[in-house]
Amino acid sequence: MTDFIDAFRTALGLIVTLDPDLVEILVLSIKVSLSAVVIASLLGFAIGGALAVYRFPGRGAVSAVLSALMGLPPVVAGLVVYLLLSNVGPLGVLQLLYTPTAMIIAQVVLVTPIIGALTRQACQDLLEEYDEQLRSLGASSSAIVATLLWDGRYRLITAVLAGFGRAIAEVGAVMIVGGNIDHVTRTMTTAIALETSKGNIALALALGIVLLTIALAVNASLIWVQRLANRLAYA
Amino acid sequence: MLDPTTPLQGVGDRLASPPLPVEIKGLVYETGGKRVIDEINATIESRRITAIMGPNGAGKSILLRLMHGLIAPTKGEILWAGRHADRPMAYRQAMVFHRPVLLRRSVAANVSHALGLRGIGRDKRAICVDDALRLAGLERQASMPARVLSGGEQQRLCLARALSLDPDVLFLDEPTSSLDPASTLAIERLLLDAQRRGIKVILVTHDVGQARRLAHDVMFLHHGRVIEHQDSQDFFDNPRSEGARAFLSGGLVL
Amino acid sequence: MKFHRRVLFGLGAAFLLASLASTGFAAEDDFIIVQSTTSTQNSGLFDYILPKFTEKTGIDVRVVAVGTGQALKNGRNGDGDVVLVHSKPDEEKFVAEGWGVKRHDVMYNDFVIVGPASDPAGIAGLKDADRALAKIAEAEAPFASRGDDSGTHKAERDLWGQAGVDPTKGSGDWYLETGSGMGATLNTAVGKHAYTLADRGTWLSFANKDDFEVLVEGDPKLFNQYGVILVNPEKHPRVKAEKGQAFVGWLTSGEGQKAIASYKIDGQQLFFPNARPGT
Repeated sequence: MTDFIDAFRTALGLIVTLDPDLVEILVLSIKVSLSAVVIASLLGFAIGGALAVYRFPGRGAVSAVLSALMGLPPVVAGLVVYLLLSNVGPLGVLQLLYTPTAMIIAQVVLVTPIIGALTRQACQDLLEEYDEQLRSLGASSSAIVATLLWDGRYRLITAVLAGFGRAIAEVGAVMIVGGNIDHVTRTMTTAIALETSKGNIALALALGIVLLTIALAVNASLIWVQRLANRLAYA
Repeated sequence: MLDPTTPLQGVGDRLASPPLPVEIKGLVYETGGKRVIDEINATIESRRITAIMGPNGAGKSILLRLMHGLIAPTKGEILWAGRHADRPMAYRQAMVFHRPVLLRRSVAANVSHALGLRGIGRDKRAICVDDALRLAGLERQASMPARVLSGGEQQRLCLARALSLDPDVLFLDEPTSSLDPASTLAIERLLLDAQRRGIKVILVTHDVGQARRLAHDVMFLHHGRVIEHQDSQDFFDNPRSEGARAFLSGGLVL
Repeated sequence: MKFHRRVLFGLGAAFLLASLASTGFAAEDDFIIVQSTTSTQNSGLFDYILPKFTEKTGIDVRVVAVGTGQALKNGRNGDGDVVLVHSKPDEEKFVAEGWGVKRHDVMYNDFVIVGPASDPAGIAGLKDADRALAKIAEAEAPFASRGDDSGTHKAERDLWGQAGVDPTKGSGDWYLETGSGMGATLNTAVGKHAYTLADRGTWLSFANKDDFEVLVEGDPKLFNQYGVILVNPEKHPRVKAEKGQAFVGWLTSGEGQKAIASYKIDGQQLFFPNARPGT
């Protein structure tokens, strides 16, 4: 119980004093996860929209794989990216291992299936309603995808938030490909893992509280942007 | 080829007349092992309003979708002025569905999006949208989200959207079946107006009164076949088939 | 409306570009990567000595802390310039196979057997580590093992071998293999009231001790030697041999050795430098 009280006190102290180390890892965490989510969104929207609209052999299988990959363990994503980026791996020449870029790549691998699968579902639901009307209007398949993505925007925001939640909270992938290097690739989650292993339970919990607060703030601001955009679109 | 009398801004190569006649030859459509359209042969010559009538399950909506090219027939063919439908032909058609399908966007954006799909440039789109909404009496709702409109307004918007495309042929699938009399009347006015401008209207309806008010010829379907097809005056005054007689007298059609 | 949409879109794109530019592609090259062990990181040694090295040479040292087994594996893949680990036979094999240039002794500390104050197996004060393990096995008292092929895990397995006990027979019962780093294993041990073998450095800096104490220490068999190896640039041309060698040289120099000796927690020295000069 004292750990909890200590944790809240420590968390408050860290936030109030804007502890520079904390700010550094926080900024890195947000940068990495937001970049990953932006890239994964572009990929996921395209993949999900295409899977909903285009008919091709193996489409069902691709959808099933995409859904299954939503549950990809972060450590596995991390290992795959590690093997690709390692000096003996096919992309070793890029020298990206143990950099923030490597962490972004690993999180893109983790998050794209989530956004892709949720996008596919959202588009498919809309398509049931829109299909005949859009075809009657003479829409091409790519125009149908674009229409579904825009009209499904509320659900896509939810998909993006789900992806962001996954990215900002995972530790397995960034630990392996980032290496948890102080001032270089230490994020909130790897710092939490490190402090836990040092036995600094209260500090680890405090970092957890800060992480949750930030995740909440990002969620709230995205929803706010969405509302604003929506209001402007109908102004 | 633009028709100078067309009151709407023209959208592409509007022909002076619709691509008629429509010739339906040996048309069969099967789904789930059932023959829903059973060897229909028909010719629609009239440049005016054609009503397709018949009891539930007669195949009216399916026939409309086959003509519009939304579904492909199992057998048979449909010729428009002797030609198979292709993409340019499809662009000369528009359809209003039984239940209004509106995008999650503003009223104006719904019309604008449809014009965009047909490749109309932004500047021209704005003019077409204004015209279409004025015609449908929806200009004040232009910036409202389309899906908060009343049922009658929604269907009017669907019709306005279809008309904004300046089609030569307009299909409607029971457009007023769930609307109140005032909304129905508004839709019917728009249809008569469209017909006067030279648009061929093909309308599925259950409403005998509506068919009497609008249609110039009636095609009566039963069990996927055309039981009779004649001028509406003759059809209503002197139906030739047993099925049509029963249908018009409000009896059970078996 | 169009204007606002464009502004939102533009902001998003600008943010993306800015974040990509500022994270990934900074062309900074003045660093080396050291593959090392959780015990050195968790004990706080690196945080203490590395700034001294960086200040002197301008070379940034990026430490990836994993188990000895994985550190050597990563070194074998060329994903590091220097390895600093503690399992002499594996290190010698690493060099013999050509993955490393040369192994240097750096420092040592010792392992301790820690456990709850209640000491259910009655091992407190024993001078013989393998005897203590035998008693734990006999009492089937819970024992948390790293189980991760780390240097500490290898040392623990050696001790069990000398005690003539195969603890894996009690695996999942009283023998708990965590497969985690030293700190995580200590947390598990505390939670389960289990004995465990820890390096003294991590133990001293560990903050979640509860009522745990050092029960067995001082046996020469608990000696824990650390070695440092430059990854062989002939195997992996991208290894920063010069900078890596500078780090190896500094660690084994008088200056580096002094820095190691001066790292203390609560007045206790954690690591004892023992590099042989001129090697």
